[in-house]
Amino acid sequence: MSKRIRTRLIVIVVLTLLSVYLFSGFPPSIENMKKRINLGLDLQGGIQLVLRVKTSDAIRAETDQTIESVKTQLQKENITFGEMTRTQDDQITATGVDPSKSADFRRIITEVHPEWDVASSTGGGYTLQLKQAQAATYRQQSVDQAISTISNRINALGVTEPTIQRRGATTSDQILIQFPGVKDPARVEDIIQSTALLELKIVDGTGSFPSEEAAKASYGGVLPGDLESLPSIERSADGSPLYYVVHKTGGITGRDLKNAYVSRDPNNGRPAISFSLNSDGAKKFGSITERNVGKLLAIILDNRVQSAPVLHERIYDQGQITGSFTQKDADDLALKLRSGALPASISIDEETIVGASLGADSIKAGVTASLIALAAVLAFVLIYYKASGINAAIAMFLNLIVLLGAMAYLGATLTLPGIAGVILTIGVGIDSNVLIFERIREEMRAGKNAASAVLTSFNRVFITLVDTHLAALISATFLFLFGTGPVKGFAVTLVIGLVSNMFTAVFVSRTLFEIVLARKEVGESISI
Amino acid sequence: MIELFNGIKVDWIGKRQLFFAISIVLLVIGMISLIQKGKFQYGVDFRGGTTMRVHFNDPVPNVDKIRQALEKGGATHSQIQELRDPAGNFQGNFQIEYGGETSASDAATTQGRKIVTAALDAEFGAGKSEVLSSESVGPSVGGDLRRQAVMATLYALGGILVYIALRFEWIYGAAAVFAVFHDTLVTLGIFSLFNKEINLTVIAALLTLVGYSVNDTIVVFDRVRENLKIRRRDDLESILNDSINQTLSRTILTSGLTFLTVLALFLFGGEIINNFAFAMVIGIVVGTYSSIAVASPLVLIYSKVRGQGKPVPTVAAKLPRTAKAR
Repeated sequence: MSKRIRTRLIVIVVLTLLSVYLFSGFPPSIENMKKRINLGLDLQGGIQLVLRVKTSDAIRAETDQTIESVKTQLQKENITFGEMTRTQDDQITATGVDPSKSADFRRIITEVHPEWDVASSTGGGYTLQLKQAQAATYRQQSVDQAISTISNRINALGVTEPTIQRRGATTSDQILIQFPGVKDPARVEDIIQSTALLELKIVDGTGSFPSEEAAKASYGGVLPGDLESLPSIERSADGSPLYYVVHKTGGITGRDLKNAYVSRDPNNGRPAISFSLNSDGAKKFGSITERNVGKLLAIILDNRVQSAPVLHERIYDQGQITGSFTQKDADDLALKLRSGALPASISIDEETIVGASLGADSIKAGVTASLIALAAVLAFVLIYYKASGINAAIAMFLNLIVLLGAMAYLGATLTLPGIAGVILTIGVGIDSNVLIFERIREEMRAGKNAASAVLTSFNRVFITLVDTHLAALISATFLFLFGTGPVKGFAVTLVIGLVSNMFTAVFVSRTLFEIVLARKEVGESISI
Repeated sequence: MIELFNGIKVDWIGKRQLFFAISIVLLVIGMISLIQKGKFQYGVDFRGGTTMRVHFNDPVPNVDKIRQALEKGGATHSQIQELRDPAGNFQGNFQIEYGGETSASDAATTQGRKIVTAALDAEFGAGKSEVLSSESVGPSVGGDLRRQAVMATLYALGGILVYIALRFEWIYGAAAVFAVFHDTLVTLGIFSLFNKEINLTVIAALLTLVGYSVNDTIVVFDRVRENLKIRRRDDLESILNDSINQTLSRTILTSGLTFLTVLALFLFGGEIINNFAFAMVIGIVVGTYSSIAVASPLVLIYSKVRGQGKPVPTVAAKLPRTAKAR
């Protein structure tokens, strides 16, 4: 055996053993294999959600905060103004600003809120527009924050090996969540939906209304522009929700909240929720609550009033929410407040549930189809190419082993379409071998001896294989970029299969031929 | 030595008019079916809504009973279908497509699943039915996905065009991509004809076919490139014909073997992957056909249009170094 063949054989054996070790451990076993090959949700069962963060919520909240801040600044500098309202998500219109203080107004904006552009219209009117780049940053931040908040919540609930990540580009507002093995979608949705938008707003008036119409009627049919009516989780006698009328602006949102925990009402010992605010929130909240002692503070989650306790005193960074909470209510609300410090609300774009039994069925069907395909192809090459068919069969098995090893090493996920990818790899793998074998037959027919026919064929076919594999890689790459979940798993299998096939078809198969040729007399033919 | 296709001398290129007629008929049939039906049968991922697979324990109700239960629960116009395993046995599994009103907002994505589950529990009792799988997609998402799928396919075609144009001549790239585009259209037409559902995995199958069919075409073109170098005096038509014939055994054998593997997938791979496997089965047949009957004749027609019928040079590409060195 020549040195060249020996070196090649060592490479092949080492790579094979390494691959076997990678996907089935040492000693190789089915248990190890289950641990090392990641199964997709479609195979092991579980729940996948694609969430969309309503980033415009975050922009609106930012705009409302800016309005408050600018108002405070104007009052501090004794600049009179008419109204200041949010006309679009990222736009503020101010009217009736004292014309003699025009320069001061502009200075306040450019110094205190440089992220806004100022344009003036006639008669002391101004339009403030949030800069595009800044808006994009806020949107991105709100998605980042949502991801970390949801992660905290899910980890606190002890779901095993969840996946929580942004889906797509960094500018995407979608979040992909996977819970392998979780069977109860209601619980998962509860986890997600209670991670919702928190707002604390001052109630206008002294209590709730039995319906939205009643709320409007008390304002003469139409609510003033700076007020809105919101449903409550409290119910009236006939079961319909009560309504509160609250001030749109002048409240604080989830991002000002630092912490929330269950405590006791010092007056009667009932469960209550204490919360603390960060320094920004504390400053704002202090001045709001000071102005509104005696009024109701609405605690709003997802545009639903959770409770509306009376503000007994000015609150800085600490507060307590009291009411007729049970211990469980208080636990829940504290949890919602803590993790509900999301910058924006969230909707569900896609939900996929796969029961564990269906996943097991899919694995069984996929494995059956693979084995049948394998058997059919093996039978054919052994009959058609005789001894050389063994060569092709070895190359094909090695291809599968390397494919599985690479998938385990890369931590790639095997999905149901991925199994289809494995089956296709069997097909593509045998294609390369047929291409080479047919060429060898052709060269031998043309009168070449076996050794030179093999050499010429491998050299010639190598070019074809590079071209075909690269072209297939191009489409597989776009599939990978476009696909999510199962389809991505398919693309990954396909790409790895193409690369490992290039190795087995050219390197392994050629080495095997050279071994056979080395044992033969010069000029002796081969079985093909 | 068993040989099936040795020494075949078929005048493929001379039959190009027949092939073009076949292709046009296939395309027109698909188009008529599509026009008649108005649109493709999209999967839930492309149209939005909810599709569920539900298993009933004893006693298994029939489709009508389930429909009545769903209508009572507010899921009117739902489509219900019995599911069978690969052996054709019915084991109490149904597919339910929620047909009730879905509000236009994505907030209500999972509403269909909740209504169906509640309706089944109310009628048959909790625990009598088990959700095997459920897929819900928000109404605004489906359109996005459809657009992305089309873009991914076009980008893949573009990428392949550029690659082949760089390795051969631009006309070879154009002919190969045209042939593959033809395969995609014919496959889609057949999907419409058989009312097969088009979903994300079918798009995955189509993109795979793009790669596979180009594979076949490249093998032929590669041989054309080789033959052009050694037979400088022959005309393009005979070189194309000989190249197809020389690679024919390989083409038929590998297509046949790959066809066998996807046929196994179609027959035994289970119901979930069935549409994917169907696309592959159709696509491999069409792809093999087009690499012989569409791609090569196009190259000839181009060279005829240019006037001389002389070979179009292919040697835009340099041979890989490893091959030269040996």
